[in-house]
Amino acid sequence: MAGTLAEKVWDSHVVRRAEDEPDLLYIDLHLIHEVTSPQAFDGLRSAGRTVRRPDLTLATEDHNVPTLDIDKPIADLVSRTQIDTLRRNCAEFGIRLHPMGDAEQGIVHVISPQLGITQPGMTIVCGDSHTSTHGAFGALAFGIGTSEVEHVLATQTLPAARPRTMAVTIDGELPVGVSAKDMILALITQIGTGGGQGYVVEYRGAAIEALSMEGRMTVCNMSIEAGARAGMIAPDETTFEFLEGRPNAPSGAAWEEAVASWRTLRSDDDAVFDAEVHLDASALSPFVTWGTNPGQGAPLSASVPDPDDFSDPGDRISAQKALTYMDLQPGTALREVTVDTVFVGSCTNGRIEDLRMAADLLRGRKVAPSVRMLVVPGSMRVKAAAEQEGLDKVFLDAGAEWRSAGCSMCLGMNPDQLAPGERSASTSNRNFEGRQGKGGRTHLVSPAVAAATAVTGHLSAPAELGARS
Amino acid sequence: MNPFTVHRGIAAPLRRTNVDTDQIIPAVYLKRVTRTGFEDGLFSAWRANEADFVLNQPKYVKASILVADNDFGTGSSREHAVWALMDYGFRVVIAPRFGDIFRNNALKTGLLAIEVPIRDVERIWMHAESHPEWPLEVDLVGNELRYGDTVTRFEIDSYARWRLLEGLDDIGLTERHADLITEFERARPGRLPSIV
Repeated sequence: MAGTLAEKVWDSHVVRRAEDEPDLLYIDLHLIHEVTSPQAFDGLRSAGRTVRRPDLTLATEDHNVPTLDIDKPIADLVSRTQIDTLRRNCAEFGIRLHPMGDAEQGIVHVISPQLGITQPGMTIVCGDSHTSTHGAFGALAFGIGTSEVEHVLATQTLPAARPRTMAVTIDGELPVGVSAKDMILALITQIGTGGGQGYVVEYRGAAIEALSMEGRMTVCNMSIEAGARAGMIAPDETTFEFLEGRPNAPSGAAWEEAVASWRTLRSDDDAVFDAEVHLDASALSPFVTWGTNPGQGAPLSASVPDPDDFSDPGDRISAQKALTYMDLQPGTALREVTVDTVFVGSCTNGRIEDLRMAADLLRGRKVAPSVRMLVVPGSMRVKAAAEQEGLDKVFLDAGAEWRSAGCSMCLGMNPDQLAPGERSASTSNRNFEGRQGKGGRTHLVSPAVAAATAVTGHLSAPAELGARS
Repeated sequence: MNPFTVHRGIAAPLRRTNVDTDQIIPAVYLKRVTRTGFEDGLFSAWRANEADFVLNQPKYVKASILVADNDFGTGSSREHAVWALMDYGFRVVIAPRFGDIFRNNALKTGLLAIEVPIRDVERIWMHAESHPEWPLEVDLVGNELRYGDTVTRFEIDSYARWRLLEGLDDIGLTERHADLITEFERARPGRLPSIV
């Protein structure tokens, strides 16, 4: 029977299938970090269990690490205890850990692909909803809770119900100055924060095929913002080129064998999806959110919407509440909204290509005096690569801050936070109330829009600077 | 996990859509390494800033059933959202639709998450607002919600229901199939990445 990519990867990992029960799925890679793992390790210890496959488990410190003074002990004692707990747990159970200061440390969803550990056709889980990022390689990757983290540590499997599949086809060519981030923000606004609920989304079409691996990761990363636990893209030459030669990628004869196997990982032509959505990339423009969930977005050229224009009563109340929280008036042009802070980073847009896009616009320009701009690379490798290219100098010369790797202001668990009432343009993934700091107001944007906004001080498209890109 | 059969309690109506897990418990509370004691973080921003927030109203302070709107528990995978609800005293959450990971976390931890159509949610809201003192009865044995003179049936995944009724631990269930896991591992291609 014809199958979709998601079904093929799923079916090849079923350890046990029984009627009226969820499938028992084998997990090829379990990524862990300090925030969602301590209670899982405690659970193992109290039940007298151990980690079944430490060799399929990788740990990093990312969510609450500071991005300044990383050679000093963490000042926040609660954060320090959490980091120390991860270190003790990894030592006790023999799990490889990339701690703060390590050359391979970084955001969990940035380091695994860059090491070549994330590979097509694998099943990957992590106690983090943005695990969907790894689907860019044709892996089936999804976020889990701490009870499930404990389950995977103990058994290397997970009981899970076979999801439905949705095809999101994005054809056409992206206009200049428009990137993967605008694409996914536009999609989420179109289908809503619950539109992908219960589905694994497969992104396909010419605009997806034209994306680099970095762009594909940005798209898959935000699948969860549309309610889908996983997003996937069939692997192709772009994927293989990215992986070849990376530390954990196969080499020699094993590489040839792997590529031959990866080429089979695509939805059959006659495969049937449970739902289909289409988007035309050529009609897209820079996109920005105005509300407090990622589905409340609009083209940057538009105005703040009027809640009364929403036909669904739930959407109307939600929009009213969002505008009050965001301190925005219906009808205000989004380009007139001024910001205090610009954040470039996160597992959505903290990779080298993202930093290049932002640096290209800042080269020879200055961050507006009213704006604080934070550039936080997704990993220490990304940081080193950026410094090799001189991007750090571009950011510093423009007046931005250049930091060390971590999740940083995406969720404000470390000191990088918005003050109450402060407004940001952020390349991260969530504009929820208080997400970047209590009372903070977030507009989600692409790296190019973030950089243009930093220069002008108000939400701006790259074209406003007279720039090509 | 404690078995769940029938629960009677006060229902708190939460009339807002898209309640993400950052609202249920903000990230600042996630630095703790314990599994209990998260009740202070539950809806902390709304409890602090909105005098008329449902849990600030004396009649709902002892509520143990949360009746929410569409897309409850979206966003972050933090299981702390489930722990905070349970630590506060909630045993059941009812909504038209949940975030997938939240619902999974809830059902694995013993917080009964029930999806019912919005029209049923609206009826329960009206009941909870007009008769806050009358309890709502959630019967997982009979798949029924009972309040006043009304009886409403609800659907729930049969496997999740069985586990909740029996109070079974997932890991223990999976360990019964250890031989199948070992067999699967023997057949895995050797080229797959190994982290050493």
